Amino acid sequence: MTTAFFLSGIVVWLAGALASLALGRQPVAARRVACGAALTGSLLTLTGSVVAIFSASASVISLPFDVAMFSWAIRLDPLSAYFSSMLGVLATAIALYSFGYLREMEGRRNLGAFGFFFNLLLASLALVFTASNAFFFLVAWEVMALSAYCLVSFEHEKKETRSAGILFLIMSHAGTGLLMIGFLVLASFSGSLDFSSFHLLASRMPPLQQDAMFLLFLFGFGVKAGVVPVHIWLPEAHPVAPSNVSALMSGIVIKSGIYGMARVFFDFYGPPPLWMGAVVLGLGVASALLGVLYALMAHDLKRLLAWHSIENIGIILMGFGAALMFRSLGYGNLAALALIAGLYHTFNHAIFKGLLFLGAGSVVQATHTRNMEKMGGLIRRMPVTAVCFLVGAVAISGLPPLNGFVSEWLTYQALLAGFGTTQSLTRLMFPIAGSLLALTAALAATCFVKAFAIPFLALPRSAEAAEAQEVSLPMKAGMVALSLVCIALGLGATSFLRVLDPITQQTLGVSASAALVAARGLALSPGTPHGGTISTVGITLFFVLAGGAFALPLALRWRRRSVRGPVWDCGLPGLTADNEYTATAFSKPLRMIFSALYRPRREIQAEFEVSPHYPSAIRFESEIELTLEERVYRPLQARILALANRMKGIQAGSINVYLAYIFVTLILLLLFGVRP
Amino acid sequence: MMERALERLIESAAQLLLLLALAPLVTGVIRTLKARLQSRRGPGILQPYRDLRKLFGKGMVIPETTSWIFSATPWVVFFSTILAGLMIPMVAADAPLGLFGGVLAVIYLLGLGRFFLALAGLDSGSSFGGLGSSREMTISALAEPAMMLAIFTVAIGAGSTGLTEIAGAAIGQTWRFLAPAQMFAFAALALVLIAETGRIPVDNQDTHLELTMIHEAMILEFSGPYLALLEWAASIKQLVLMTLLINCFWPFGLQPTWFGFGALQGVAWLLAKLLFLSCAIVLIESVNAKMRLFRVPELLAVAFTLGSLALVSTFLF
Repeated sequence: MTTAFFLSGIVVWLAGALASLALGRQPVAARRVACGAALTGSLLTLTGSVVAIFSASASVISLPFDVAMFSWAIRLDPLSAYFSSMLGVLATAIALYSFGYLREMEGRRNLGAFGFFFNLLLASLALVFTASNAFFFLVAWEVMALSAYCLVSFEHEKKETRSAGILFLIMSHAGTGLLMIGFLVLASFSGSLDFSSFHLLASRMPPLQQDAMFLLFLFGFGVKAGVVPVHIWLPEAHPVAPSNVSALMSGIVIKSGIYGMARVFFDFYGPPPLWMGAVVLGLGVASALLGVLYALMAHDLKRLLAWHSIENIGIILMGFGAALMFRSLGYGNLAALALIAGLYHTFNHAIFKGLLFLGAGSVVQATHTRNMEKMGGLIRRMPVTAVCFLVGAVAISGLPPLNGFVSEWLTYQALLAGFGTTQSLTRLMFPIAGSLLALTAALAATCFVKAFAIPFLALPRSAEAAEAQEVSLPMKAGMVALSLVCIALGLGATSFLRVLDPITQQTLGVSASAALVAARGLALSPGTPHGGTISTVGITLFFVLAGGAFALPLALRWRRRSVRGPVWDCGLPGLTADNEYTATAFSKPLRMIFSALYRPRREIQAEFEVSPHYPSAIRFESEIELTLEERVYRPLQARILALANRMKGIQAGSINVYLAYIFVTLILLLLFGVRP
Repeated sequence: MMERALERLIESAAQLLLLLALAPLVTGVIRTLKARLQSRRGPGILQPYRDLRKLFGKGMVIPETTSWIFSATPWVVFFSTILAGLMIPMVAADAPLGLFGGVLAVIYLLGLGRFFLALAGLDSGSSFGGLGSSREMTISALAEPAMMLAIFTVAIGAGSTGLTEIAGAAIGQTWRFLAPAQMFAFAALALVLIAETGRIPVDNQDTHLELTMIHEAMILEFSGPYLALLEWAASIKQLVLMTLLINCFWPFGLQPTWFGFGALQGVAWLLAKLLFLSCAIVLIESVNAKMRLFRVPELLAVAFTLGSLALVSTFLF
């Protein structure tokens, strides 16, 4: 039953892909078929996955045409089902949104091709999450990367888009290369490519291989997830894609890296050495902080959101890192708490980041710019989009009572408990990570004050913003659906935790949710006696009651005494959009405080006639340096290009020479490569 | 079960009244003490109440450029501050709404209020509002790590982030606040308190000089009842943070329960401790000059260092 739903979901996606390709000439039909298939497939996959989470045994599907070691096997165990249900929820909303979003492209772009790659991406994602054979996994992984590449480069007439697409492709393949080596090492030990044969295998390998494997998988999956320092493609590629694709990329495609890490670190590894967890925790902190610090400087709305994806991947990795450390120290229950925190945040981020990208997509479609400095006042022109974006902003800032608050609270609790787990100085890592998480969350709130206020509040800063129109009904429906999921994941936290039980049971042998739920499901506790509780339901109830009993009646009464008047502005009359605070100005204090990181550069040219105090025209330019890109990747790129230049010599272009190469390689392989 | 719920309701109502009534008084006392130190008479300790009454009776001007965010903000700020106030132990060690959240929830609820206040600052389009929002968010973000380290120190000692548990663990250990870890954590939190309540040397509550104000700049466009709500919320926030500090570190006088004659004793202790802390704040405000904005990170870095020292001291001593 489960498998039937799941498989039919994939079949619908694949059929939708082919059908929309065939309908390429008829844009309206192509759009309807593409989105309809995406929607149906998502709902089917969602149903199958949700049932699978709660079924006692993992369902295995194997296609009959196996080739030697490679079996086309799908396994819906709790971890896989969790990620594919995440895909189902997000893709449903995005498909709904796309009905309206793609209408603007009709006749101007090849919607058949778009529908093909879009549905292919969805199908390959579902297969990545469920493939239980390394070869099959890598095939799905490559299809995912390539279809994502085609979607990212969809608006390929812009140079920016093309170069971002290429960067994504290169980084993605470098990561896949690492994964291939990792899986081959595993396979050479188990004698099979089946995931079930890898279970707890890594811990039985010699230490050196174990360590090397860990790094291979960490960075192999880390590239896709956007972990610092291999994140550089993400803030380039996510903004240039069409917005529904951006939502899919930031919401779920980067989670394939998180899924891979969870699979390898908690399924293939037994209790790992302590340093591995510490490395993951450290990378998590670095990603979270750098992600949010660069997001603060971004004034391209979608690029800002892309940087926040890096931040949130960092928060997820904090949970994972703590879980790994607890596992190696022998604290099963704490490991479960930390893993739950990480996985919960994974789900939450998929939803609110998807929501924010859809909101950004609506704004960009209405104003025809991604530059926040040209927006403003949209809350009046686009009220529904504004409310949805605000819900996403509150959720991603980790503010109560929405879902981001719950998962960040769980992460704090895990880090807090970590202090008592060891006597060595390693214990200091936990509270330091916790305090940096607090900094990250507060900076994220700062950034989303900017990201909401500058586009949506005050006066419009351009003619386009002043004439923006609210988006169509399907687009609104997609955003409202995700907003409701955000609220449900915040208020229903105690019920949702039960979904995670099978996963911790599968990977750590512990069921934690019963211990985490207090006061008959009303509150959440960290699982220790007297551990302190939170209740998002209680907080919401307080706001609703207080609002209903006091705020509404009083506000209505005071309204009779209120008048609308011009802005006082300390007595300066005639406020125009030019006087408004800009995003650049808003982030200026942080740009100065962290100038060692940003290395800001600015240029001011003023023209004046009489006195320099009364300029007639001013040109202001300011930019920051992306330190890692400039200092590490650019020199590396130069080296690689120089090496490639030198390699030209051996490519003489003569067929005889190439035949000689093949012959020599063959001899060498026969001499050294074949085992006796 | 029903009885317990009813008791909680009574406790919450009592603490709510205390919060609402006491907050303007604390502000008034601090202002009067400060005036006396500057050889002025000052407006009297009841002036904040008169201000509130007057503002609640006035009409409002709502800027044309604003949206519903502007009108919703006073309520969000007011209610989130009150809810945070009901989660802390004031008179009894048992926080009335402790089930709804501990110290992390208190911080994040105050963060929710700040988030909306910063939005409202930008909503009118006035550049003063934007300036205030930008500075407020920056400073509070930088104060966060120090605050969290100090809180971790306290929470590790109590094994909980619940404030009922934290205060409960401290009861009976009257001299515990002299332990190095506690003293460092106290100092770190006190610095954060100064930054968060907009006091000299970080911000000046009394200033309306355009370029130096932070909190005042955000609420510049508010008038009448909404301004009253925001002013009231600001003084409640100040009371909440002060109470948090004194009851986590100096738990003496905290009663086991709200019921009975002991509660009066508890209130008396609370007032005494608040007065002591107010005197300290007044002294700090009177002998310091306001810092340049870009010196504030250094002050917060000191707080962070103190927090780290507190943490290390928990297992060194």
